[in-house]
Amino acid sequence: MTVMSFLGAIGAAQKEAMDADERVIIIGEDVEANVYGTTGGGKTRQETGDFVQMYGRNRIRNTPISEEGIVGAAAGAAMTGLRPIVDLSYSSFLYMAMDQLVNQVAKNRYMFGGQASMPVVFRSAMFYGLNTGAHHSDRPYPMFMNVPGLKVMVPSTPSDAKGLLRSAIDMDDPVLTFEACLLWGLKEEVSDEEFWVPFGVARTHREGSDVTIVAISSSVQEALAAADALAEEGVSVEVIDPRTLVPLDRDAILRSVAKTGRLVVVEPAHRTCGAAGEISALVAEEVFDSLKAPIVRVTAPDMQIPFSPSLEKQMYPNKEDIVNAVRRVTGITNPTSTLAAAGN
Amino acid sequence: MEALSDEFKLEMQRRMLRIRAFDERASKMVKRGHIPGTVHTSIGQEAQVVGATMALGDNDYMTGNHRSHGHPIGKGSPLGPLMAELQGKAAGVCKGKGGSLHLADFNVGSLGESGIVGSSIPIAMGAALSSSVLGRDTVALAFFGDGAANQGVLYESMNMSGVWNLPVIFLCENNQYALSTPAHTVTSGVISERAAGFGIPGVRVEDGQDVLAVYEAVSTAVARARRGEGPTLIEVVTYRYNEHSEGLRLGTDYRPADEREAWLQKDPLVLFREHLIANGHTAEEMDALEASIVAEVDEAVAFSEASPWPDASVAFDDLYTDSEYAA
Repeated sequence: MTVMSFLGAIGAAQKEAMDADERVIIIGEDVEANVYGTTGGGKTRQETGDFVQMYGRNRIRNTPISEEGIVGAAAGAAMTGLRPIVDLSYSSFLYMAMDQLVNQVAKNRYMFGGQASMPVVFRSAMFYGLNTGAHHSDRPYPMFMNVPGLKVMVPSTPSDAKGLLRSAIDMDDPVLTFEACLLWGLKEEVSDEEFWVPFGVARTHREGSDVTIVAISSSVQEALAAADALAEEGVSVEVIDPRTLVPLDRDAILRSVAKTGRLVVVEPAHRTCGAAGEISALVAEEVFDSLKAPIVRVTAPDMQIPFSPSLEKQMYPNKEDIVNAVRRVTGITNPTSTLAAAGN
Repeated sequence: MEALSDEFKLEMQRRMLRIRAFDERASKMVKRGHIPGTVHTSIGQEAQVVGATMALGDNDYMTGNHRSHGHPIGKGSPLGPLMAELQGKAAGVCKGKGGSLHLADFNVGSLGESGIVGSSIPIAMGAALSSSVLGRDTVALAFFGDGAANQGVLYESMNMSGVWNLPVIFLCENNQYALSTPAHTVTSGVISERAAGFGIPGVRVEDGQDVLAVYEAVSTAVARARRGEGPTLIEVVTYRYNEHSEGLRLGTDYRPADEREAWLQKDPLVLFREHLIANGHTAEEMDALEASIVAEVDEAVAFSEASPWPDASVAFDDLYTDSEYAA
């Protein structure tokens, strides 16, 4: 085991994939100089240099600022034998390439009757919570959940970031990975062995019996903190991280809600048409009879992100919001009460 | 340029005839309701299509646009599955899921047409990137029109292909109208001259009705790309004889009658037939060739008509490679 940061784990996955398969290339803005910290050599950097020294400019391709061209080139390359990893840096830059992502990447396999395969990964960072203002703070993964043909991953721990990325790179379908910058410095012990985390398999971070919290991306850490606080009040919370939103592990969510009877869904994206709304609808459709209380969503409001630290802080779900939501679904207003005392 | 063999020239005429006959039949079938949706024909542009596709090798790639029946035909794709695709049949080259706007035949390097103007250009660049990274000698060619020449992605692609020295040819089929809009009213300067800004060769083929002229220009660019000397922009001036799409009735005459008449006098099939006759073939041979192509199209239509409609479940295939995630 090695202690790795979230960002270091992404770099490690990329290095393993570059070593394992010569068809894997990395293209994007500033990837040569390792500006975003995932194309350095990690611990071996002193001896081996950055990726560009290790793999050469044939496979580590600095691009101009031309997102539409970059995404289209990666798509065409993926259709003809390469397995590109595209570093699009900020998630809001995906919009520059919307045509390529939606009309080519997502549709080509389908439109051409299965003739194309599209083994390409698009990485982007959700730079929210760091006072960069409205152009850099987007959490746009729900938009892409709405595009059949794309797969969407939202890792929340270093191990999952590494294992999911390896799976994404080895997959013959296009994957968009959304990486919360708030998690970049998060550290944990990660296996030194190569490993792959499967898509469509949720991770239960904490088991509980009273309430299910489904949390996405950086909200997982907030949910776990909330669960700790609620445990002290005698509320037993189950915390589930879907890890991939397309495909979504419906069974894990439905099983948990069938057990607990209560659901809070937490995510940093906007409220309307978000992943939280989708998961809520799924639960309402499939296990309505299990529900003991209305489902509660904890999300960012349908509002743009302001710059000032004093304004931005309130925009994303935090531990307090989640604790309050759980109290709402459990009907507990007095922190000293327990579910048992409430006769539940 | 090396002198082309007689057989090669006959094959050029054969493929141009195939495109004409296929599209004329498709036009009729649209009007009779035998082809659903919309169809854009390459009638009048056959020399430009065949001059380019026959300059490519079997393993070379190409991408197309909405007016793209001719591209896979020119690259040697069999007509039956193409016609079945136009009809939405199970035997269609894309299983009936693409249609006229999204033909693709990977067996001949046709990586697909795009209903979004300009959108397939960087796909061809990506195919060239594969060749470059993997050390293959294949090249890629992007077909697009004068309309797409004003899409920004073309210039992103020319720039990236230039700095990466990719084996790609950007081929602008300038038929002079983006639907009803005359190119000169929306296009500043000359399209081919835009290449200079990227430090790559820009070539203008003024007579796009001359299959040999197009072939020579594209062959030069293909050879250059294969030698590792990078991309070329080629603009071919041509003309579509039919309306933008079959069945479209605009009610405004955006093309002067005498202009269309002048281009009809430069029908590429007639011109090359005359060339072949001047070079030793007889009119009877040419008539027989033309009749044989009509028979090929009859066969293609029969193939398509004999095909069943796709099973309803086919609509839910091919979204992902691991189908358990679909729907």
